[in-house]
Amino acid sequence: MKILVCMKQVPQKDAPLKLNETGTWIREDVSYEVNEPDAYALEEALRQKEKHGGEVVVITAGPARSQQVLREGLAKGADSAIHLEDPGFVGLDAFNTAKAFAAAIKEENFDLIFTGLQSDDYGYAQTGVVLAEIMGWPHATIIMQIDKQDGGIKVKRELEAGFFQHVDMPLPAVLTIQSGINKLRYATLIGIKQAKNKPLRKVTMDEVRSSLGDNMQKIEKLYIPQKTKKTEMLTGSPAEIAKQLVEKLKNEVRVL
Amino acid sequence: MADTILVVVEQREGKLNRVSYETLRGAQSIAAETGWTLEAAVLGSGAVVGEIANEIAKSKVAKVYALDSATCVNYTPDAYAAALKQFITDKKPTLVLMPHTYQVRDFAPKLTTSLNRTLISDATGYRKDGAKLIFVRQMFQGKFAADVSFAGESPFFATFQTGAFRGDQVENGSAAAPVEKVILDVPASAIRNKPLDIFKEAKQAVDLTQAEIIVSVGRGIKEQKNIELVQQLATALGGVIAASRPICDSGWLPMDRQVGSSGQTVAPKLYLALGISGAIQHIVGMKGARSIIAINKDSEAPIFEIADIGIVGNLFEIVPPLIEEVKKAKGA
Repeated sequence: MKILVCMKQVPQKDAPLKLNETGTWIREDVSYEVNEPDAYALEEALRQKEKHGGEVVVITAGPARSQQVLREGLAKGADSAIHLEDPGFVGLDAFNTAKAFAAAIKEENFDLIFTGLQSDDYGYAQTGVVLAEIMGWPHATIIMQIDKQDGGIKVKRELEAGFFQHVDMPLPAVLTIQSGINKLRYATLIGIKQAKNKPLRKVTMDEVRSSLGDNMQKIEKLYIPQKTKKTEMLTGSPAEIAKQLVEKLKNEVRVL
Repeated sequence: MADTILVVVEQREGKLNRVSYETLRGAQSIAAETGWTLEAAVLGSGAVVGEIANEIAKSKVAKVYALDSATCVNYTPDAYAAALKQFITDKKPTLVLMPHTYQVRDFAPKLTTSLNRTLISDATGYRKDGAKLIFVRQMFQGKFAADVSFAGESPFFATFQTGAFRGDQVENGSAAAPVEKVILDVPASAIRNKPLDIFKEAKQAVDLTQAEIIVSVGRGIKEQKNIELVQQLATALGGVIAASRPICDSGWLPMDRQVGSSGQTVAPKLYLALGISGAIQHIVGMKGARSIIAINKDSEAPIFEIADIGIVGNLFEIVPPLIEEVKKAKGA
């Protein structure tokens, strides 16, 4: 099977974020990492390849810095990479991001496209499903298991409140992968070395521009959310805090 | 033509998903502020659609559509998106609202793409800014909020996060709203996925929903062996241990200990969150707790937005003396 894994570079989970001057996005001078659900998507693609053979290609859209997620993907075992490289890709909505990916892969023949179920920055949870519709492929979301069978695949979808559902579907298809579907591997030293010689195709904004439209939704303003609750902050040494907290548990929360 | 808001309520396995009332409540507020007409629709197959439509018709809405398509008897994204596309193309509502459930996440982006429209997903609220309708959504795992507007043409689509509005505050109508049955024709050949059994994994051993005291642990615990410390605190308090998703994903605690959108929704007297940053998916599962206490090393962690009592600090320094103090208090 030939599998494409869509990956995104997002700010590190505990990186302190600051707003840019116009208050519409964050300042870019932070540390980045692979969007966590995308790491699980990559791992699942590698496992499928190990089981059934084939090829894994990683793709991302973003400025030069985002090449790092492709390098990590190649080091873990992906065969090649596609980088839609332009700072402008960061500001695209889910619809346009999916259009850009579709344009970049129109010469390729994938059996499956994986994305993480959502990104840690925008959190749209849309790009994979939109991409499926643009490609004209079926899709399934929040996937916890994939089994190849005659004429297609059987997937396990996560539903709410602890329920799951099996779905049979034909290929090619798009799947959005849930975190925790597998255990992530680490890149080996050999893998990191080999990654340097693996093919990485760059795609410019100009090459896909004709496929894009205007963003149909616009971030007017980004801001620190207003607190809806008044939080009482406890300070002091650990011992003092422990004492204060137990007083509160006794007198206010009344659980002691 | 007058502007219309259409709320598509969620039907699953023949039952109305009650979270639909939250979206309906949000839509009633928008309708009151804009003067737009509010209508609702439920999609499925057979008598159950009419029954749910009648239930929704008790709410203050102008009309309810019972959308019936034989191929929508079991949920598939192909059938649902195709059926709603037909209906929306015909009715041309200005704004379509849905709850941000797993089912809606599965078909709504497909629906909007097929109509060449966009979806503002997972909104927590809305605001009128002159003539402009702004939707508020969380970004960067809740560290920021964003005001998002539609740039293109209607219909506009948005989904509301669970808990964004109070479902129990839906206004009822003075009389039942008219229900109109609409037959939609989606051919079986258009459906590519074959949905099979719906099931639960091995029986859930732990029912967190009944717990009065929950001590919950997140990434901040760093290593599996440190879970024991949290267990000691839970035991001292007479509570149960729970966790955010990453802890269960790592196998440090079983899945039935997970609180959040993909785990259990809890409402204990005390929810003590240790090293939990407070991603949206976790918060929806515990914000109903009567008292929330959070210990986290990051003062900007979103968990502090909803905590009653917050402590910025190292949980490994605070929890051991806390266990001792709790034991003392209990012994007294």
